[in-house]
Amino acid sequence: MKIIFLFIIYVLLSTHLYTSENQAVLLEIYKNLRCLVCQGQSIADSNSDFAATIKLVVQDQINIGKNKDEIYSFLISKYGEWIVYQPTFSKSNLLLWILPYFIFIAGGLIILVIVRKSKDNKTN
Amino acid sequence: MKINISKIIIFIFVGFFLLIFWLGLKKDNNYDTKNIIGNKIDSFQLSSIYSNKFISEEILKENKFTLINFFASWCAPCRAEHEYLLNLSNNSKDIKILGINFKDKKNNAISFLNELGDPYDSVGYDNDGKISISFGIYGIPESILVDHNLIVIKKIIGPIDQNQYNEILELVE
Repeated sequence: MKIIFLFIIYVLLSTHLYTSENQAVLLEIYKNLRCLVCQGQSIADSNSDFAATIKLVVQDQINIGKNKDEIYSFLISKYGEWIVYQPTFSKSNLLLWILPYFIFIAGGLIILVIVRKSKDNKTN
Repeated sequence: MKINISKIIIFIFVGFFLLIFWLGLKKDNNYDTKNIIGNKIDSFQLSSIYSNKFISEEILKENKFTLINFFASWCAPCRAEHEYLLNLSNNSKDIKILGINFKDKKNNAISFLNELGDPYDSVGYDNDGKISISFGIYGIPESILVDHNLIVIKKIIGPIDQNQYNEILELVE
């Protein structure tokens, strides 16, 4: 009896965990998808007809075992890169990806030059 | 002349940012359809609005050109473009029209076609709009012109007008 009871609890808990994990993945995907008919809203934020349909399609794709990247590439093939907020790495957006590193290095160089200069001035 | 390295770095930095902003402002961020043109449409299966028969991409292969038109009885611009669809159906032998009824009630769609005339060679039913996503549709009316290889030649967002009607005829002739 105890074993059956424990088994039922295990099944209930694992189903709950699986559902919440799925919900989290769905929400993450919705947040990264742009609602094309809304003003600056993601699919997660929007209640538009378009957003509702995209949500259904994403749910279907998750249910058939597709992962995030596969879902994004499917939607990009239909609506272009504009549908995702986080763009994929490509030649055209190379700058976008390297800019933060560039700023970091350039900022470091400027600070280095200023510090060296002030040290030189002090020693002189 | 002594070169001030920090000034040069700041100058390059500011120049670089201005270039990025200028390029960013020049870029058109409006959604367009260029990514779908030239691609093959996905396989699909829709139930017919008139019967229990299924409509798939296979029937499009039999046509020289097919215009896939997404419409609904509740869509006012669909009424506006309807006369152009009727004209296309009457005036061009090379083009067949597949209607896809989008998020509508079957009875309303049938009444709509009875009232305005039926330009479609077949009419499929997409009650939850999921099929429309595989065609890159985000509102209706929208139309997609494909050839017998199922390659997208043109996509029209919004109602078909006189210019687009002429363009379709030019493309299929």
